[in-house]
Amino acid sequence: MGQIVVETSDLSKNYNGLTAVNKLNLRIEEGEVYGFLGPNGAGKTTTILMLLGLTEPTSGTVQVCGHIPQREPIKVKSLVGYLPEKVGFYEDLTAAQNLKYTAALNGLPRGEVEDKIATILAMVGLSQVADHQVNTFSRGMKQRLGIADILIKEPKLAFLDEPTVGIDPKGIDDILNIITSMSRKGITVIFCSHQLPQVQKVCTRVGIFAKGKLIAEGPVRILKQQTSQEGQYRIEIQIADPVSGLTDMIKDIKGVIDISGPPNSPLIICSADLRSQIAKTIVDSGSSLIGMKIEEYNLEEIYKKYFREE
Amino acid sequence: MYAVFYKELADHFNSKRFTILFALASLAAILAIYVATQSIRGEVSASTEFIFLKIFTISGEALPSFLFFMSLFIPIISISLGFDSISSEYSSGNLSRLLSQPIHRDAVINGKFLSGLTILSIIIVSVVAIVVGLGLRTIGVPPTSEEVLRLIVFVLISIIYGAFWMALAVLFSILFKKASTSMLSTIGLWIFFFFFMSMIASAIADAQIPLDSNSTLAMITQNAEISGTIGRISPCNLYGEAITALLVPQTASLNSAIMLISTLIEGRMLTPLPFSQSLLLVWPQLTSIIALAAICFAISYIKFMKQEIRSI
Repeated sequence: MGQIVVETSDLSKNYNGLTAVNKLNLRIEEGEVYGFLGPNGAGKTTTILMLLGLTEPTSGTVQVCGHIPQREPIKVKSLVGYLPEKVGFYEDLTAAQNLKYTAALNGLPRGEVEDKIATILAMVGLSQVADHQVNTFSRGMKQRLGIADILIKEPKLAFLDEPTVGIDPKGIDDILNIITSMSRKGITVIFCSHQLPQVQKVCTRVGIFAKGKLIAEGPVRILKQQTSQEGQYRIEIQIADPVSGLTDMIKDIKGVIDISGPPNSPLIICSADLRSQIAKTIVDSGSSLIGMKIEEYNLEEIYKKYFREE
Repeated sequence: MYAVFYKELADHFNSKRFTILFALASLAAILAIYVATQSIRGEVSASTEFIFLKIFTISGEALPSFLFFMSLFIPIISISLGFDSISSEYSSGNLSRLLSQPIHRDAVINGKFLSGLTILSIIIVSVVAIVVGLGLRTIGVPPTSEEVLRLIVFVLISIIYGAFWMALAVLFSILFKKASTSMLSTIGLWIFFFFFMSMIASAIADAQIPLDSNSTLAMITQNAEISGTIGRISPCNLYGEAITALLVPQTASLNSAIMLISTLIEGRMLTPLPFSQSLLLVWPQLTSIIALAAICFAISYIKFMKQEIRSI
């Protein structure tokens, strides 16, 4: 893998006696899509602000792209793009004008700006509305404009703080696709969210935050293995008129670990994909099988598991 | 910083707020000319010295002078240009995005303050230019070089005075996240200084030295001195004194007691002071206004630089 883009050691931040971030040790390599996962108030945003040099850490050290944000804020901020959680734009200006301002703040040469804005707006799918005032934009469009606002400065690293909150499923898909294409362009992305399916979809590595601590870290696949011993499966079935004793019959199948729930819609936990055996057992017993759904252990379980432990 | 400055300037020019303020100020200028043409004849018969400056200082029977309009409008213009400078960025969600750009944090506040000040200067200069232009047409007497000099210093003092109110408005816009709260507090402070301070000053003076029909001259002057001194706490008074001394060259002293005596003894008309002496007279007022503006700006600067980004 590439070089280290973000490195923190024992990074802590206290806000009026409250510990927002507690001894955080983080290493993110170039080209990763790293997910900061955790509930609200877990210290994700505070960590980002410290990485950007917008907030002073109480203790510990930070390095971003080889610079210390607190000492060289301008350098770090020119390499890093940040999409805040409640992103806003100058409502009276058009999308293109807003981007032009960001370009000016970044000291981009004027000649190239127009073309660049057009390319970037096309990339985030806002070409049609480039000359519309931002106050006519939906939330999803504003978020995409926010990503365009990051892309205009050609960052090495991008922080996206909850970019998918309050957006419809189509909009979420759009944003996740943009994140993937950013990563393809070689931008390291830190994606902050409390919504697991999305993090799972795009992130190469995930760090789970709780109460200012990083409680688990790793690729989604490995995190799954840590949680589910021997790779567990959950099978949900729906049965019409279950015969009595069916539950026990299912339980006797080799590999079934547990069965719970009402007799007509039990939840089975097993160590392998036993769908065919279970279906056969049900049909042979004289009951009729209406539905069957298999669920792999996903991040949600991991998430819940860690929070139970907290 | 220039990027912030130019953008803010462009925003101001395109805003309805600027149009309204400019219209208001122009209206004041036209009214002032109207008042001047109505009542200038009587003044000319008394003395033709500094006749051009009289356009600015003359008041009609019902209508106040241009100076009064200025002392009323400058704070209003400054406050309305500055009251939401930071809080609007915060509430629109622009601030954290702005601060994550490779600029120093003070570039935001400096750029905003300077652009506001530029707009204010444009308004003041154009309004004075309107009055000068219309004045030339209506009374037909060109200003002397000393009058021009006095007008230039008057414009400068007005801009500095505006800078004070703008710095105060910016400070409140940092302290309060809600634009309406910051607007109300600044306006409230202005109303206090503009309307109530002199009342409070004379109330205190009267409590110290009660005046009645038997009062001696010494008591009257003492009373005037106390109320004058307390009144100077108000920047409105400082500005009022400064511009009066500049545009009414006959003002021999800003000490209210001496002024009182001299009007009692020598009658209404006094010999005008030379420009340098008038300038010397307003020097304390001028430095106080500059100091007030600098203090307000310094506090907002420190406040803004030290604030945690989450609480901005």
